[in-house]
Amino acid sequence: MTMQVLQAIEVSRHFDVSRPFLQRALSREGRRILRAVDGISFDIAAGTTLSLVGESGCGKSTVARLAVGLYTPTDGEIRFEGQPLSSARAQPALRRKMNMIFQDPYASLNPRWRVADIVAEPIRAFNILSGTKTINDRVGQLLTQVGLSAADGEKYPHEFSGGQRQRISIARALSSEPEFLVCDEPTSALDVSVQAQILNLMRDLQQKLGLTYLFISHNLAVVRHMSDRLGVMYLGRIVEEGPGEDIFRTPRHPYTRLLLDAIPDISAVGRSRTPVGGEVPSPISPPAGCTFHPRCGLANERCKVEKPPQTKVGNVLVACHAVAEGRS
Amino acid sequence: MALLDVQNLVVEFPGRRGVLRALDDISFSIGEGEILGVVGESGAGKSLTGAAIIGLLEPPGRVASGQILFDGKRIDNLSSDQMRPIRGKQIGAIFQDPLTTLNPLISIGRQLTETMQAHLKLSDRDARARAIGWLEQVGIPAAADRVEAFPHQFSGGMRQRVVIALALCAEPRLVVADEPTTALDVSIQAQIITLLKNLTKSHGTSVMLVTHDMGVIAETCDRVAVMYAGRIAEIGPVRDVVLSPSHPYTEGLMGSIPSLETRVERLRQIDGAMPRLTAIPKGCAFNPRCSRTIDKCREQRPGLMPAGSTQAACWVTAA
Repeated sequence: MTMQVLQAIEVSRHFDVSRPFLQRALSREGRRILRAVDGISFDIAAGTTLSLVGESGCGKSTVARLAVGLYTPTDGEIRFEGQPLSSARAQPALRRKMNMIFQDPYASLNPRWRVADIVAEPIRAFNILSGTKTINDRVGQLLTQVGLSAADGEKYPHEFSGGQRQRISIARALSSEPEFLVCDEPTSALDVSVQAQILNLMRDLQQKLGLTYLFISHNLAVVRHMSDRLGVMYLGRIVEEGPGEDIFRTPRHPYTRLLLDAIPDISAVGRSRTPVGGEVPSPISPPAGCTFHPRCGLANERCKVEKPPQTKVGNVLVACHAVAEGRS
Repeated sequence: MALLDVQNLVVEFPGRRGVLRALDDISFSIGEGEILGVVGESGAGKSLTGAAIIGLLEPPGRVASGQILFDGKRIDNLSSDQMRPIRGKQIGAIFQDPLTTLNPLISIGRQLTETMQAHLKLSDRDARARAIGWLEQVGIPAAADRVEAFPHQFSGGMRQRVVIALALCAEPRLVVADEPTTALDVSIQAQIITLLKNLTKSHGTSVMLVTHDMGVIAETCDRVAVMYAGRIAEIGPVRDVVLSPSHPYTEGLMGSIPSLETRVERLRQIDGAMPRLTAIPKGCAFNPRCSRTIDKCREQRPGLMPAGSTQAACWVTAA
């Protein structure tokens, strides 16, 4: 059996977005809870990539932060290499095995630090190497590995373009010699030709270093390129999860089909679409039953009241009554 | 005759360290009812081209040479007073961020009626009726009740619908849409693009659609211009540019887009990055990154030349 690097078991994360107590009391309203992540489960096997896709506000970035321990789950459990995440985070030897690449390469690098210091920080923090010379050599090696030159370490972040900055972020993430990387929209701030460079680099590094990725993106084409397994998120839940190829070949959940239909593809010149109406509802007051039912063409009475459980169809888990009943 | 004709347009930004040439000798035209897409990476000059056409170049940027003809008349040398009746009435604009485009302190209905009354002779009552009509056309449910709403009461997708209504309500003949869907989610993006396409078709409006999303271009446009470092690299019918590009840059750009249909082991990548405006190489601006460079590319700048069914600024494909 392959080893599971990360396991999420019925994980939820709720945020209290109530107004201050006095205002609440005056206008007689209750607490307002935003269910950013609502009972999701997944496993990531060593050396593979699990991608989570969905539109803004579906909770994908919250999952990314939960996975590295930046948020603690309200409910459920996350296990890293078989241990609860909280105890894994307490051990430096395990903590250094996970790292994160953020979305915005303009905000995630300290503008006052030289690149060499940025990349060396995890090395110093974890005492992986000692001695200025050794650390400098390692930083040079890391920068070369991500396609920059060792001399770039002397520069400041503002001297680099967006794509180069994202390479610096990757070098920093790799400096603690991690096994597991959480990548939260690593290419969405980049142009397509630069995106291709970064995606190729990330795949090369995965093959060379045996990395495991949790890859968060809203771009299905990028996700298809990167992932082994895929989870489609809608309003804090995973509506469809399974091997990427299966989902792309035969998308089953109506929302997955909507997403795939909605994406403009360059091979479809002049295609005219019939877009699905409606927008993502607020996660503060999600619809009852299946949260997708107001936008779904297959919804019936059962969908409006009963939350669909995940059903196994082929290799894929789908949370949809219509699919389970064979109505689709 | 073309509705919009841009001829040898050069836009420059004078600065302390010399003059930056942001658009360098750009020529293209848009026909009546045609949708022209303009694509390119950040900094290629797409938005600047749009801004030059609607006369909204931020100073110190200026049109240094060349001309912009709208319906046969020059509009690049007009004063802002002379430009005002054209902007909005003849040429509408849609910008990227729907939140900053709308005035947060004025109701949606008032913003629409104000725009219409500035350009068309309409009584208050007619203007209001038309405003509701436009909101219905762009697909705002319960438009009559929402005409008094303020922008913050609308979601991003709805705001962008209002922005489209604002751009079209004075019935302009050309709309410059600068990244109209970039700030939106894919499912909303599909709605907005379809809406823009249908409305402009039914009103016979020409559109210049600026975007970095090739997928949107492929589905929406009749012709497409690919920009690189302030120049047009290739222009032609969308099918030909997307499916059988001639210019090596266009080819690389298309190859670098991950596809939904097939999965490849490695994406094609163009190494390096677009040059800064201060350091544009001699000859063809793309030559240091191009795999097919010949000596002539390093010496002489190529103009647009016929290449297959498109026009490409490339010595290799022209030969």
